[in-house]
Amino acid sequence: MHMADALISPAVGGAMWAASAGIAAYAAKKVQNDLDDRKIPLMGVLGAFVFAAQMINFTIPGTGSSGHLGGGLLLAILLGPQAAFLTIASILTIQALFFADGGILALGCNIFNMGFLTCFVAYPLIYKPLTGNNPSQGRLFLGSILAAVIGLQFGAFAVVLETLFSGISELPFTTFVLLMQPIHLAIGLVEGLVIAAVVLFIKKEAPEILQKTAAGQPFGAISIKKVVIALFIATLFTGGALSWFASSNPDGLEWSIAGVTGEDELKAPEGIHGFFAELQEKTAFLPDYNFNKSNEPAAASTEQEKSSWPSVDKGTSFAGIVGSLLTLALAFSIGKGLRRLSRG
Amino acid sequence: MLKIEANWIDLRYLDALSNQNTFIHRLNPCVKLLATLSFILAVTSFSKYEITGLFPFFLFPFVLLSLGNLPTAPMLKRLLIVAPFVLFIGIFNPLFDHTPVLKLGSVVISGGWISFFSITIRLCLTITAALILVATTGIDAIGSALLRIGVPKIIVIQLLFMYRYLHVLAEEFIRTVTAYSLRSFAGEGVQFRAWGSLLGQLLIRSIDRANRIYQSMLCRGFDGEVRLRRTSTLTSTDIGFLACWLVFFLLVRCFNVPELLGKLLVGVN
Repeated sequence: MHMADALISPAVGGAMWAASAGIAAYAAKKVQNDLDDRKIPLMGVLGAFVFAAQMINFTIPGTGSSGHLGGGLLLAILLGPQAAFLTIASILTIQALFFADGGILALGCNIFNMGFLTCFVAYPLIYKPLTGNNPSQGRLFLGSILAAVIGLQFGAFAVVLETLFSGISELPFTTFVLLMQPIHLAIGLVEGLVIAAVVLFIKKEAPEILQKTAAGQPFGAISIKKVVIALFIATLFTGGALSWFASSNPDGLEWSIAGVTGEDELKAPEGIHGFFAELQEKTAFLPDYNFNKSNEPAAASTEQEKSSWPSVDKGTSFAGIVGSLLTLALAFSIGKGLRRLSRG
Repeated sequence: MLKIEANWIDLRYLDALSNQNTFIHRLNPCVKLLATLSFILAVTSFSKYEITGLFPFFLFPFVLLSLGNLPTAPMLKRLLIVAPFVLFIGIFNPLFDHTPVLKLGSVVISGGWISFFSITIRLCLTITAALILVATTGIDAIGSALLRIGVPKIIVIQLLFMYRYLHVLAEEFIRTVTAYSLRSFAGEGVQFRAWGSLLGQLLIRSIDRANRIYQSMLCRGFDGEVRLRRTSTLTSTDIGFLACWLVFFLLVRCFNVPELLGKLLVGVN
């Protein structure tokens, strides 16, 4: 579920960073405006709780395997969505930095997939309506499991979309969806069961904890309107950034255009468009195996270098291999040399 | 069951590494954060078939590992733990992309294998960069850097608070899980019937602990405002460090150095 930097493109990573940062700023403002100081240590300790609890294996009855706690939903139940979102974001940050679990560029994606979708979608739209203010055991059980499963399904689907838009993986959409959704259905079910077990235990042993959050006491009730607005803005932003990316990297698109018009490339208009085309060509396609083409007029399409990729001649690829090995050796020996220097 | 303990030891180890006093450790945390971010951006911005152009980027982790006096083995170990998940997605590339792009002798290599190899290199580069950042900076300094680049204070406080209590709770959880497994015959994992009570007890304890922490904060004059110490000044060394790396990233991003070098050696135009 944690996405790594190796599989995403800067455009997708950046767009999701922006989306998650926007939501985090909103959540931070909400939490800060709350006058309850108690939440500061509580959020920190509960974050640590989820972090540590996720390392415990829970044996799944009837199978040899084990599952883990799903943190986002439990935090939302205990803290309310805004504070839970910030807590999940900090957990994911620590995981990315200290455990290399999920990348730094992919952090925006991960916070969105596991934080936003559980705290601001699954919790208010599924758990809350199902459990209400004074829930029965059955309702708590059902609400926890459904919210965990559906939240994780959304998250898994978001992973598929983000990976797809990044264009690093070759997995076709349907295969990827068929791969991700069933696995996460099973994972979500186990996570939901663990959450349900904890929530039911808490209801029995220390019901005041649940009552406080249900009544919106330490962290205030969430307003659905604001959630919808935040969601809308995030969608707009993501959509805009992604379509920008899609148009800058139109592998399939260009191909179909060639099929329709019978021409290899459409002529890009002059002016600002041409400037960006040139800029893009300079930044993105200079390293693509053939330097000389970048001197062509700005009106040329940005994609032609890419289409020339497969026709790499043998001499160039051999040179590439020799050069790569040499570069690696150089980088390594510079590192070694510096170590000796700094010790000596 | 050992997983929790092993993870926690890794955490302590990175902490210990970040307490060293080397040239890299003394740098301004903002500078290190920005350098790492631009490194990751540059690496991920290559086209998916890029291999040779990525190699010069190995200079960054190599230099930081040696100047920061960091051991290589734990970093590689972390890399090996994380790699399978990414490579599992990446291994589908050779299955779906059969375009022949390269011929080495009589072996034809498809685009899928090239992009798979590219993903592997990206993985090595980005993961080591993230670990190096923490191992040379430490969480407190990263917190102050985040504050300086405009992250809301409550988020930074949350990050630092959580990190602080992670150590406390991890110890407690390890004790609990050890006690549980000593009294159970099932071996790995917590049995279904104990899911709620084990985790629930830990949760109640954690909330109690949070309340005690809050009480003791009040006793020490907490007025709702957490004051973070902001040290670290920006020196010319810091700016030089950042500028050098940015120029280097830009150069190797725009010019395929290994290819130029290879052409020079082999004499192909």
